[in-house]
Amino acid sequence: MNPFSSGTRLRDMIKAIRACKTAAEERAVVRKECAAIRSSISENDQDYSHRNIAKLMFIHMLGYPTHFGQMECLKLIASAGFPEKRIGYLGLMLLLDERQEVLMLVTNSLKQDLGHTNQYIVGLALCALGNICSAEMARDLAPEVERLLLTRDPNIKKKAALCSIRIIRKVPDLAENFLSPATSLLKEKHHGVLIAGVQLCTDLCKVSEDASNHLRKNCTEGLVRILKDICNSPYAPEYDIAGITDPFLHIRVLRLLRMLGHGDADTSEYINDILAQVASKTESNKNAGNAILYECVETIMGIEATSGLRVLAINILGRFLSNRDNNIRYVALNMLMKAISVDSQAVQRHRTTILECVKDSDASIRKRALELVFLLVNDTNAKPLTKELVDYLEVSDQDFKGDLTSKICSIIEKFSQEKKWYIDQMVKVLSLAGNYVKDNVWHALIVAISNAPDLQGYSVRSLYKAFQLSSEQVSLVQVTIWCIGEYGEMLVNNVGVLQVEEPMTVTESDAVDVLESCLTHHSTDITTQSMCLIALLKLSSRFPPSSGRVKEIITTHIGSVVLELQQRAIEFNSIIQRHQNIKSSLVERMPVLDESTFISKRAGSSQANISTEKSNQQLPSGASLKLSNGVAKPAASPLVDLLDLSLDDTPVPTSTSNDFLHDLLDVGLTNSSSSASGTDILMDLLSIGTPVQSNTTPENGSSIKGFNDILPIAKPNTATVQVVDLLDGLASNGSHPGAQSPVHPSIIAYQSSTLKITFSFTKQPDKPQVTQIHATFMNLSSEAYTDFIFQAAVPKFIQLHLDPANSNHLPASGNGRITQTFTITNTQHGQKPLAMRIRIAYKVSNQERLEQGQINNFPPGL
Amino acid sequence: MIHFVILISRQGKVRLTKWYSPYQQKERATAIRELSSLILTRGPKLCNFVEWKGYKAVYRRYASLYFCMCVDQDDNELEILEIIHHFVEILDRYFGSVCELDLIFNFHKAYYILDEILIAGELQESSKKIVARLIAAQDTMVETAKAEAGSVSNMIAQTM
Repeated sequence: MNPFSSGTRLRDMIKAIRACKTAAEERAVVRKECAAIRSSISENDQDYSHRNIAKLMFIHMLGYPTHFGQMECLKLIASAGFPEKRIGYLGLMLLLDERQEVLMLVTNSLKQDLGHTNQYIVGLALCALGNICSAEMARDLAPEVERLLLTRDPNIKKKAALCSIRIIRKVPDLAENFLSPATSLLKEKHHGVLIAGVQLCTDLCKVSEDASNHLRKNCTEGLVRILKDICNSPYAPEYDIAGITDPFLHIRVLRLLRMLGHGDADTSEYINDILAQVASKTESNKNAGNAILYECVETIMGIEATSGLRVLAINILGRFLSNRDNNIRYVALNMLMKAISVDSQAVQRHRTTILECVKDSDASIRKRALELVFLLVNDTNAKPLTKELVDYLEVSDQDFKGDLTSKICSIIEKFSQEKKWYIDQMVKVLSLAGNYVKDNVWHALIVAISNAPDLQGYSVRSLYKAFQLSSEQVSLVQVTIWCIGEYGEMLVNNVGVLQVEEPMTVTESDAVDVLESCLTHHSTDITTQSMCLIALLKLSSRFPPSSGRVKEIITTHIGSVVLELQQRAIEFNSIIQRHQNIKSSLVERMPVLDESTFISKRAGSSQANISTEKSNQQLPSGASLKLSNGVAKPAASPLVDLLDLSLDDTPVPTSTSNDFLHDLLDVGLTNSSSSASGTDILMDLLSIGTPVQSNTTPENGSSIKGFNDILPIAKPNTATVQVVDLLDGLASNGSHPGAQSPVHPSIIAYQSSTLKITFSFTKQPDKPQVTQIHATFMNLSSEAYTDFIFQAAVPKFIQLHLDPANSNHLPASGNGRITQTFTITNTQHGQKPLAMRIRIAYKVSNQERLEQGQINNFPPGL
Repeated sequence: MIHFVILISRQGKVRLTKWYSPYQQKERATAIRELSSLILTRGPKLCNFVEWKGYKAVYRRYASLYFCMCVDQDDNELEILEIIHHFVEILDRYFGSVCELDLIFNFHKAYYILDEILIAGELQESSKKIVARLIAAQDTMVETAKAEAGSVSNMIAQTM
């Protein structure tokens, strides 16, 4: 054995690692050492295994992987000498944790060591077992530990007691076995054993009801005596800390007494005296004394104490609260939260001090104080408390603002008795910390405003004022935009001015200014911009003279790169331009948002499916709260009903969030992905182009008196087409000559700038459900198409059978056509009309193209 | 119960960790990182308790080292401060005016001492004298065993 091959000593290795200046250097040193250790392990080098493991532990603490040393630990544990066992157990506890299977291999060694003659080795084994044993090991070795609880050596006894605690935590079933040994431990004199024993009894009480009863009956007297002894004992140098004998034992006994006295009047009465003695006698100028007082107060709060004792406890807490030491104040705030359930009046008296703590410079204290304040709020003090909190919100730290805001909002919501106060406070909070306010909070505000018609003018004016000052708060901006859009005329005409308001004149152009500035501001997000657009549309109807300016603003966004904004801009532009007659009814005042539905929806917001289906069913009744504001609302309800595609095709709920106000407020831009919403069908229709049906044109002009006329529909399909024609923004092809053929005229199913598809129908008289459709495809572009494939999808109640097409090459500019036949069977013939989604794929100069569309203009009766 | 004990230097280097609850390696690293950043940034006058992930972290600074113990919500924080002080005083007595370097080069001895004070996350012994006595006895056993082994291997080496 070469004495020089062992590598460096532990001390030298540590020095070398500390001398490294860069991480790479350190890695190199560690790698070299690990290699040396590995080779030493594989050579089975007995002399240096001790040192190897020590080195490995250091390397492990630095964060490097050391699993190759685990078996070495096991070998060390199994060897006979004390030093090896000592370092082996330490390595075991450091390098392994209870989840590793290697641990099971140690069980045998542990068992032997637990029965060793050398008490220190037994101690090592108990320590290791108590720190990292798993449930199986606990079960295996529990009998050994039980036996050791009864030895004479106090060192072993206390270790065995703590080890039993771990066993009980891992395997609660074994608790009964430890009950009687634990009780006998309480009769010991040795403080270490007493501490461990009391702790074991506490854990037994937590785990088992029987243990609790047993201990209550038999041990209360003994415990009180222990406490009395140490409380009254003279100076004992071994256990003295800051003039108090063994504060740790004090605290543990107090805790056990709390568990035993909880809910039991007799025990509580029995321990009243000793608690009073401890509470009054303990000095509180040092931390040890305060720790004991703290535990004492906790115990008094936790048992059925007399009122005198309670008063004593609250006094101690009051003293703590005004102590200058931050730790003590923190602890006091913690205790007061529990004291509220016991004596809330007393706690209310300290309200001002607690409010001061909310503004403290220490983050932990602030947090505790805020929670405590929240518990203290009741109807009488809600207003002043809210005022204080909102004032503080202005100056608070950024990381605290989030918590503070949500607490303030919940207080305001819970305790607001008048709507006006609610709106005032919410406007203030939004102006100060709008960015931290959650969406459902400001949605609730909007619901409240819509339900308070006499306050709407006031609300919109306050919001306008607030906006001038704090336009960087996103939620405030969103609420303001919505209100200006809805109640613009109230703002301008000073409707419903309350007494407390200062006079203010806002002109129409001011209101439009607000919206324009929001729209064009660089940091506004897409949601807010979309809301601006719809609000502008509303204003163009409410303020006719400003309509021109609004139109200009909207037109600037026709070229926006954001799809949602572009879509809205184009649609609204076309409404303003061409459909003035329906514009006002489109953007009429919204119906009052139903508060109770809103609250119940919020409460059941986890049930996404249910809420959306409920709202889907609401649609036909016209109270369609689920849909977008304005444009889509009246139109979509009959559409969804009659198309029924949404309800059949996709049972999955529509909106991205369960908060239906999202849709209401035109938020929720992922509508295009959720194909089932009514809005979406409309969008689909609009994106196709002009599937114009021939037989409806003559009826166009006369029947549009207002959208409400569309609601009672005789012929579903005609109404559909009317709507489409009305809202067509894209290539309007004009109407086809009305060839009112009797039953099944051909239709242009799909037309885009590059492709036209015509369907013609034949039916056999004896099979009314079956229709044969001949599709003709025509290429409108100047390049030929190859690999032309047509696909179709139909709702569940329709069956489709596609025959192969006659070719898949389509010459350009309509020089040739492809025809394809397919058969449709409508199982709900007469009840539901046909509808179909189509998909055409083709190649143009070796590039693949895809066109999709929906065909809804099938003639009725198919 | 105490879930874990960590000792970190002012620069954030870990000097000692002891885990009494099952934490995986990655979780341990995350916990250390998060607690370090929480504790090292706190000012001197603030209270010694930090709330972290539903637990309370009680810490105290001794010279250049932060001693931190993570406990349950319902534990007595002031008592934990006392336990930390108890540990530090015993270390002081053992090493004689302990400093950070002592703990770096003799980390295994610091672990032995900690194992005599805490098991399973609970306090084991409140008397400093008894702890010192136990450690001294075990150290003596190691010394005698080494001395014997030294003489034996010398004999073997000489015969080879």
